[in-house]
Amino acid sequence: MTENPDSSQKRWGHLRKVLERPGPFSHPDFEPSSEILDFVMTTCKVLVIGAGGLGCELLKDLALMGFKQLHVIDMDTIELSNLNRQFLFRHKDIGSSKAEVAAAFINKRVKGCQVVPHFCKIQDYDETFYRQFHIIVCGLDSIVARRWINGMLISMLNYEDGTLDQTSIIPMIDGGTEGFKGHARVIVPGISACIDCTLDLYPPQVTYPLCTIANTPRLPEHCIEYVKIIQWPKENPWGTVIDGDDSQHISWIYEKSMERALQFNITGVTYRLVQGVVKNIIPAVASTNATIAAICATEVFKLATSCCVSLNNYLVFNDVDGIYSYTFEYEKKDDCLACSQIPQTLPIKDPNKMKLKNLIELFCESTTYQMKNPGLTTNIDGKNKTLYISTIKSIEERTRENLNKTLVELGLKDGSEIMVVDLTSPNTLIVKLKFLNEDVEMSS
Amino acid sequence: MASPSPKSPEQSDKSKKYDRQLRLWGDHGQKLLEKSKICLINATALGTEILKSLVLPGIGAFTIVDGEKVTEEDIGSNFFLEETSIGMPRAQAATQGLLELNPDVRGDYIDESPEHVMAHTQDFFNNFTVVIATALPEKVLMPLSRQLWATGVPLVVCRSIGFLGYVRLQIKEHCVVEAHPDNEAPDLRLDKPWPALRTHLDKVDVSSLGTKERSHVPALTILYYYMQKYKEMHGGSLPKTRSEKDELRKMIRTSLPPDGDTSGALEENYEQAVRFVNVCINSIGVSAQIQAILDDERCTNLTSESSSFWIICAALRELVQSEGSLPVRGSLPDMAADTTSYVTLQQLYQRQAQLQAEAVYRRAVQIARSLGQSPDIISEAEVKLFCKHSSELYVLRGNCIADEYQNSSPNIAPYLEDPESLMFYYVILRGLERFISEYNTYPGQFDDQVEPDVLKLKTLIGKLLSEWGCPTPVTSDDRVHEVCRYGGAELHSVSAMLGGCTAHEVIKLITHQYKPINNTFIYDAITSTSATFFL
Ligand SMILES: [Zn+2]
Repeated sequence: MTENPDSSQKRWGHLRKVLERPGPFSHPDFEPSSEILDFVMTTCKVLVIGAGGLGCELLKDLALMGFKQLHVIDMDTIELSNLNRQFLFRHKDIGSSKAEVAAAFINKRVKGCQVVPHFCKIQDYDETFYRQFHIIVCGLDSIVARRWINGMLISMLNYEDGTLDQTSIIPMIDGGTEGFKGHARVIVPGISACIDCTLDLYPPQVTYPLCTIANTPRLPEHCIEYVKIIQWPKENPWGTVIDGDDSQHISWIYEKSMERALQFNITGVTYRLVQGVVKNIIPAVASTNATIAAICATEVFKLATSCCVSLNNYLVFNDVDGIYSYTFEYEKKDDCLACSQIPQTLPIKDPNKMKLKNLIELFCESTTYQMKNPGLTTNIDGKNKTLYISTIKSIEERTRENLNKTLVELGLKDGSEIMVVDLTSPNTLIVKLKFLNEDVEMSS
Repeated sequence: MASPSPKSPEQSDKSKKYDRQLRLWGDHGQKLLEKSKICLINATALGTEILKSLVLPGIGAFTIVDGEKVTEEDIGSNFFLEETSIGMPRAQAATQGLLELNPDVRGDYIDESPEHVMAHTQDFFNNFTVVIATALPEKVLMPLSRQLWATGVPLVVCRSIGFLGYVRLQIKEHCVVEAHPDNEAPDLRLDKPWPALRTHLDKVDVSSLGTKERSHVPALTILYYYMQKYKEMHGGSLPKTRSEKDELRKMIRTSLPPDGDTSGALEENYEQAVRFVNVCINSIGVSAQIQAILDDERCTNLTSESSSFWIICAALRELVQSEGSLPVRGSLPDMAADTTSYVTLQQLYQRQAQLQAEAVYRRAVQIARSLGQSPDIISEAEVKLFCKHSSELYVLRGNCIADEYQNSSPNIAPYLEDPESLMFYYVILRGLERFISEYNTYPGQFDDQVEPDVLKLKTLIGKLLSEWGCPTPVTSDDRVHEVCRYGGAELHSVSAMLGGCTAHEVIKLITHQYKPINNTFIYDAITSTSATFFL
């Protein structure tokens, strides 16, 4: 045991009381001792994903719960609209990396804390990076990123003869907020419900039908969508795609939306609404972020110290009407895409009619898959065949014609396996096609 | 790029900075926040966490009252105190740390204990929008609670100890105009349309429309049409029971025109009309809660001291008496329809809401005058908001903490029948307050005193319970032991959780939006559960 003068400091007296004294409600494995705080301070490595509203709070909370080996990863830079809640940032920091500014602030404020910033995407790192952590906490606003890290942690699980090697598990704590609502959950990959087990929590975003936007607008949102989807690509005022952070772009959309609204007698287009629709802004306040991050940090502390039994496994919070919280256990999904280890079978009603583009739509729109831009490959008669990949330009051009071919025309059969790669997971998903229609005609 | 029409409004830096919260409580909520003055008693970790989530969204000003000096242990749990501030007045150091968060907020401090301030500046605490107290001993809390109860200044008392949290709101009366309910049924008045709406809806003979027109007619018009048909068949009455509503739904479903396609699939607007049956027919009477507010003594017996809320309420009451219903909300849910039909309907609703709000406004101004008040206390914008949200008005009446502490028979026994109830922690925390008053220290503060303190705390709790006429031993010994184990420790993440919750309760009080707790919130971080009790 190395000498650690820091954990014995008076400063940490609060933590020492709960870690060095026995308690009737502690985890069965809990044995009070000063070594626990030593572990928290010197050994336990925690990764905070996201240095935004939740991330700033998480770093503060963890630093003051004794954690010193902290890493934070975030690809974003600081904006003015962050300052109402992301309290580690000041006006002078606008434009700088969130991860770097947040880490520097915490290291300066909490003596001895060593936050390491990573100014990049989570996808920029592989397993070797993620394996170094004992616990991962997510303060993300993106479902895709949550699913990706979830997939990463699941791919790192080690099964020997079907038994899960406990040492390969890295628990993940996930927080999220929207206005005055939020959630906190504890995920033990391979053991409890994972992000993909509960995909039905994230219904696909509501979009307005194109014919409404084009022909029968009724709401100010319809006018804004019209400018965004139809007018901008047509007139392309700056020769680029829309940048929601460019005030010139927003002003142009605002003005055109106003014109359209006037033409149709529609009221209610405001600059704020235009921004909200274009950037898909989710309202956020300091208080909810503070609450949810703190609940997550408490769970990190419980996992690291065994001082109490962990949250099992999902907590919802809402303080619109009074203060409401509810804790319940989400069940692991037997055929979860990410963690079940069960091969996915996809029933296909009519392979003679279903085109590849319909299959891709299905991957994007069904609640089970909710993919973003899946790339599909398969193996036909022992040869690899790329069906469609949109993310690489040359391949996209070469495979575009496949989109309008039916599955049968593409040579796919009952039982064919399709390898699907998507932003939502670092892993390739294998989907086995099951043709329900037996009398498959051969393509002419 | 020449643009003939409206120029973009220049967005101020402030509205950019606060954009994400302005989408929740609006510019009018923000204005109230920026006018508010908040007092924090004791800059504990919990205290500064609360202020942090109030300074960030931009309250006007805060004042910290704290006579303590910064200790090493403070640094370990309080993010706004630095190593270099050890030995400094805690009020001063925390004020500096918090002011860095937002240059729009003013802050000052008083380096004196709250007792001292109370004794020397009697009305000091009366000048704040809200007073927040953390770790305040009972002997100071009692007179402060009485004083603020008398002056009507809201008081929020919080405590964070170990894995436990407590928030208690003391407010005599609090009026909420915008409660922001999660699911609100549309307010369509199809059962009782006002003349202009009736005239408009009666013009459309839904069953004789051509295919194209048919697919463009709003669900509302369809529903109204079949409601009339239903009434004709049922002696003028509307469907009430489930089977009656089913009958109406069936009428809409089977209303295919002769040239319609027979695929059986309903057009979107007809689907919506079927769905509207449930939410739109229920007669918009005045709910019991709203009626209670309109009949409240504060509404029926106005004085020269009456607030604008009650004056507008009185004006609203007259409108309700003459029209038999609340003002129309004036908003229309989206429904499949062509632009003109939809916008025409929408304008009818908006116009009616506007007329009713104007009537309430005129009357409210008259009432204010007749009370000898300046008519300026009633603003048209406020009345508009009031009428729009008249179905969600809410008046909270709390009670005084000092009364709660002196109440010899609090209504807690029923809760204690549930062994999991967080009410046990309330009882223990009350015992803890007595322990602190009696021994001037936290139970378990010293390592060698944990066991003896458990016994002492148990005795104090036993006494409390017998004073309350509760059967002893009703509390769980384990929980008493757990609280002694904390020895007064303040865990940052528990304080941060409570800090977020409490800050939002204070924002509710300032903005008169969203419903605050009434009146005691307990949080148990061990089980990650919480509960609210009225005490
Ligand atoms: Zn799963």
